[in-house]
Amino acid sequence: MARKVNLRIWRGDSTSGSLQNVEVDANEGEVVLDVIHRVQATQMGDLAVRWNCKAGKCGSCSMEINGKPRLACMTRMSSFEEGEEITVTPLRAFPVIKDLVADVSFNYKKAMEIPAYEHPADLGPGEARMEQIDVERSQEFRKCIECFLCQDTCHVIRDHEENKKSFAGPRFFIRIAELDMHPLDMLKNRKRTAQEEHGLGMCNITKCCTEVCPEHIRITDNAIIPMKERVVDVKYDPARWLGSKIRRREG
Amino acid sequence: MTELERYKYDVLVIGAGGAGLRAAVEAREAGLRVAIICKSLFGKAHTVMAEGGAAASMGNVNGGDNWQVHFRDTMRGGKFLNHYRMAELHAKESPDRIYELEMWGALFDRTKEGKISQRNFGGHEYPRLAHVGDRTGLELIRTMQQKIVQLQQKDAREYGNAEANIRVFAELTITEIIKESGKVAGAYGYWREGGNEVLFEAPAVVIATGGVGKTFKITSNSWEGTGDGHALALKAGANLVDMEFLQFHPTGMVWPPSVRGILVTESVRGEGGVLTNTLGERFMFKYIPEVFKDKYADNEEEADRWYLDQDNNRRPPELLPRDEVARAINSEVKAGRGTEHGGVFLDVSKRIPADVIKKRLPSMWHQFYELAGVDITKEAMEVGPTCHYVMGGVEVEPDTAAAVGVPGLFAAGEVAGGMHGSNRLGGNSLSDLLVFGRRAGMGAAAYVKGSTPVAVSEASVKAAGDRIQAPFTRVGGENAYSLHQELQEVTHNLVGIIRTGSELKDAIGKIAEIRKRSQNVSVAGDRKFNPGFHLAFDLDNMLLVAESTAKSAIAREESRGGHTRDDFPGMNDKWRQINHISSYNGSEVVVREQKLPALPKELFDLFDVHELEKYMTSEEIAKGGSN
Repeated sequence: MARKVNLRIWRGDSTSGSLQNVEVDANEGEVVLDVIHRVQATQMGDLAVRWNCKAGKCGSCSMEINGKPRLACMTRMSSFEEGEEITVTPLRAFPVIKDLVADVSFNYKKAMEIPAYEHPADLGPGEARMEQIDVERSQEFRKCIECFLCQDTCHVIRDHEENKKSFAGPRFFIRIAELDMHPLDMLKNRKRTAQEEHGLGMCNITKCCTEVCPEHIRITDNAIIPMKERVVDVKYDPARWLGSKIRRREG
Repeated sequence: MTELERYKYDVLVIGAGGAGLRAAVEAREAGLRVAIICKSLFGKAHTVMAEGGAAASMGNVNGGDNWQVHFRDTMRGGKFLNHYRMAELHAKESPDRIYELEMWGALFDRTKEGKISQRNFGGHEYPRLAHVGDRTGLELIRTMQQKIVQLQQKDAREYGNAEANIRVFAELTITEIIKESGKVAGAYGYWREGGNEVLFEAPAVVIATGGVGKTFKITSNSWEGTGDGHALALKAGANLVDMEFLQFHPTGMVWPPSVRGILVTESVRGEGGVLTNTLGERFMFKYIPEVFKDKYADNEEEADRWYLDQDNNRRPPELLPRDEVARAINSEVKAGRGTEHGGVFLDVSKRIPADVIKKRLPSMWHQFYELAGVDITKEAMEVGPTCHYVMGGVEVEPDTAAAVGVPGLFAAGEVAGGMHGSNRLGGNSLSDLLVFGRRAGMGAAAYVKGSTPVAVSEASVKAAGDRIQAPFTRVGGENAYSLHQELQEVTHNLVGIIRTGSELKDAIGKIAEIRKRSQNVSVAGDRKFNPGFHLAFDLDNMLLVAESTAKSAIAREESRGGHTRDDFPGMNDKWRQINHISSYNGSEVVVREQKLPALPKELFDLFDVHELEKYMTSEEIAKGGSN
């Protein structure tokens, strides 16, 4: 059942590195992460790779496989042709730490810049009433497993280090959208700050982020575009903002 | 070697899953400076894997629910080996903990009236699990992660430094809890990224490191589940209680091999999924134990009616507690009625419309479609038992989560013992994390405010540092990966779902031998993000945990919950009154018996005495509770 596969693994650190060829067994039903683990256990004991759940739920094993941002645990070996060479490299938009592990701290800094959820002061424990249909819009974005593949693929920062300072990236646009659409959140002007402080305007909706999302969140269509469209007309209209929140009083 | 990093905090929380984060929030809100240690990146802890929901008797779906019913279900599920006080606090406080998450921004699924929806789950009498599709754990951890960010943003505004009072140390492993003059003084560890060493001085340490699944070959746990907290606590002088009780979740994936063990949520059964063997029999009807006969339907018609009318029908036997279902699947496979991959079938496709499956079980659909090439809306899943959860853990004072015997040490979540008795009900884990995470935070805060910190001595620092350096000084020693595999073979074959005395004896010998060889592990490469180096330390913890499990298992001569002895089938009243306490004498784990605290009268009286007669001796029944 086992077949030999050729893997090219990037090995190195922030100072230097190169692709190294290894031949390794792959069994039926395995994913790229299984094969990397086999390399680690048998040929390269100190090969650095991040992983946790191995079921596509935690978003730790993000890397680039044949140049595409992927989760290694969700990339099946059977998706490659017999004899095809498989190249695994660390996420390119972030600094490398070692081998397949990148420094993703940029994302945690950006998370800190997004103002938190603000609960209505007059709404006590168990008093909230929300319709399922109203929570579903935000729930789609809360499926995010923070794999940061969308951040990695986004060309606004992938090839432009200088943009990182003023651009939060797709992961945090859906975070803002999630809070903006949250039926209870009390903080005003989230769309406006997305535009003015988090770089929403720099996105030119090429949908690369949506394409790589392992959770199939419609980042561009359901978060970025609606915010871009409404950022102008809602910007200075408090009556409209109130209208978007009023449903929580129902039922 | 780079210079040692030193930090001082009031409370050090080891573990950044649900319990750790909840403890950290509580301690911070009590005005203390808190450090959170995270073995992975922030937000990746194993809590994200919890699918089904968090059990809390809010009564939103069935108004008959209340804490007393939840308490009874929890005790029944644990076969009355639970610490009653933990089960009581848990049942009483879970609803408040769920509402609190909602006030922090969590978005649970809703009922028609707009309240938090609740779903059915094995062993729970009423629909009780607050949920978000089948990704409830992710919602829980993200909500608390964002709560911590909110606290940091507040500190940034007030003190100009987001990390002034609460800081997350991601990708850092703790190797030792340091005590001075008999109480906790801090902890020592290393950054996984660079390998440089770190000392934390803190009068209180909360252990919230989760489980031990990686000790076993087939497990739903990630690499992090290596029993670190169990081992750290043992070595610091704390006790572990009832380590023989491991929960084998009945439904793990069995195919393809690379995903073997990955969980298939119990919600699949809660939503109507049925288990069948290769003869097409819905076999669970054959496996309803005597103690559950009045609560579970013995025919398909009644079982199916229950999904529509829960007041007038008994529950389907697919929803029996996990230990019963796991043993039933194991028996079917052993009898030759299993699939070619050693599992049985779990099917929702014939019972629920495809669009409903995708809506209620989205990540299950995704998981099978992407990893096994199976569309669960069209075909059955193949499932079998997988090591999922350890009921045993650090012996704690229920109200404060303080570890017995070690001033300044606290434990909460999976790493703590007692709450679940011999078997945990699904959904009781997420609520456990919240209830006891908060209590550990409160307990630690109260302790810190009433105690004087002791400094960590230079001798302790040196000893801890030497231990980390040791595997690098050896050349040509043992390979940690191979030893780990050997350990997993031993536990899988000899300490697994069905145990016997002779095999356990064999296991104890083999674990001791592997442990001896592990003292000679050498590491290739340097300290920089080196998984071989990391595993050397995780292995040490797993070996200690496995020893405690095997020794507790050989001592318990009965079958109860997550401990099944082929040579002692059936429960025994005598053993229900006994906890096994593991301690560490510096060279090995020692197990002794300790009497389980008896139910106080007011809790005793919540049960029908005829039910208690199934578990208790006539003397216990005659006493009618402890006061």
